[in-house]
Amino acid sequence: MLAETLALLNAERAARRAAILVTDIAEGHQRLVREAEIAADPLADTLRAHLAAGRSGLAVADGRELFLTVQVPPVRLVVIGAVHISQALAPMAACLDLAVTVIDPRQAFATPERFPGVPLVAEWPEAALAGPVPPLDRYCAVAALTHDPKIDDPALSAALRAGCVYVGALGSRKTHAARVERLAAAGFTPDEIARIQAPIGLDLGAVSPAEIALSILAQIVATLRRDRIKAAP
Amino acid sequence: MIATETDILAAAERWRRDGRPVALATVIETWGSAPRPVGSHLVIDQEGNFLGSVSGGCVEGAVITEALEVIEAGQPRVIAFGVADATAWEVGLSCGGRIRIFLERID
Repeated sequence: MLAETLALLNAERAARRAAILVTDIAEGHQRLVREAEIAADPLADTLRAHLAAGRSGLAVADGRELFLTVQVPPVRLVVIGAVHISQALAPMAACLDLAVTVIDPRQAFATPERFPGVPLVAEWPEAALAGPVPPLDRYCAVAALTHDPKIDDPALSAALRAGCVYVGALGSRKTHAARVERLAAAGFTPDEIARIQAPIGLDLGAVSPAEIALSILAQIVATLRRDRIKAAP
Repeated sequence: MIATETDILAAAERWRRDGRPVALATVIETWGSAPRPVGSHLVIDQEGNFLGSVSGGCVEGAVITEALEVIEAGQPRVIAFGVADATAWEVGLSCGGRIRIFLERID
């Protein structure tokens, strides 16, 4: 691989844009296809399919064996609410290579003592996402954990508009039913609202804050790896 | 969609920029229960320093040996490992899986 190609690939990653490196296995020839260039590429359909699955793999074109290195940006986890669950969630997420940011406008909650070493933004979600926190994109997971619609709802709306790969919200079924009504009144379609995982987390029977954090991360991993999950027999 | 392999590519670029001759190994195909998924990377320098993995540690030693040759010769190559593969080396994958690896020099 040319050093310039490698630098371009890494630059796309740093800019949080997807890219695919196409390698001719026999010859070693390579070309980099940026996300925006896929539509015009002769292999557009194949590239799109690999990108959608987020999976690298072999392909054959014109009798040549090609390897497609699919690079998608690293997933960021944006947690709304500097609550007890978040205190367990932040370090666990870091173990999974998820870059975590915690947002909570309540100064009493968002303290460095409660979240040592965790990027913490003591602002309302709209202000945080318009300034100190990079804007949400498709490669973000958002977990709304405050139980307070004034804080959670704007973050959930932003997450749905940005097409975040994972959107989850804490709260009982009853709480969620009220949330669904509010989001519908705000103009979101039933399909959009259905993208919210609520009550949040895989059903592990979780009780403690750390167990709930684990169930949330398990659900995020299951979402990111959904193409690998075997159908129930 | 989890992208952890890219840190390896960042290291490869850094090593190359520091003037170290570098080879990159990429898992391009797996059969059976291979330990690392397709797309996994291992970056190797001329001294045999490496970062990342293409198996659970079963074949890294052999890949590094081949990588040093690729760094020397410059021509990319494909190598395969597996317990059932007669062309494989003495090393194999204890899990019973098979893998194919693309090795290339960063020029």
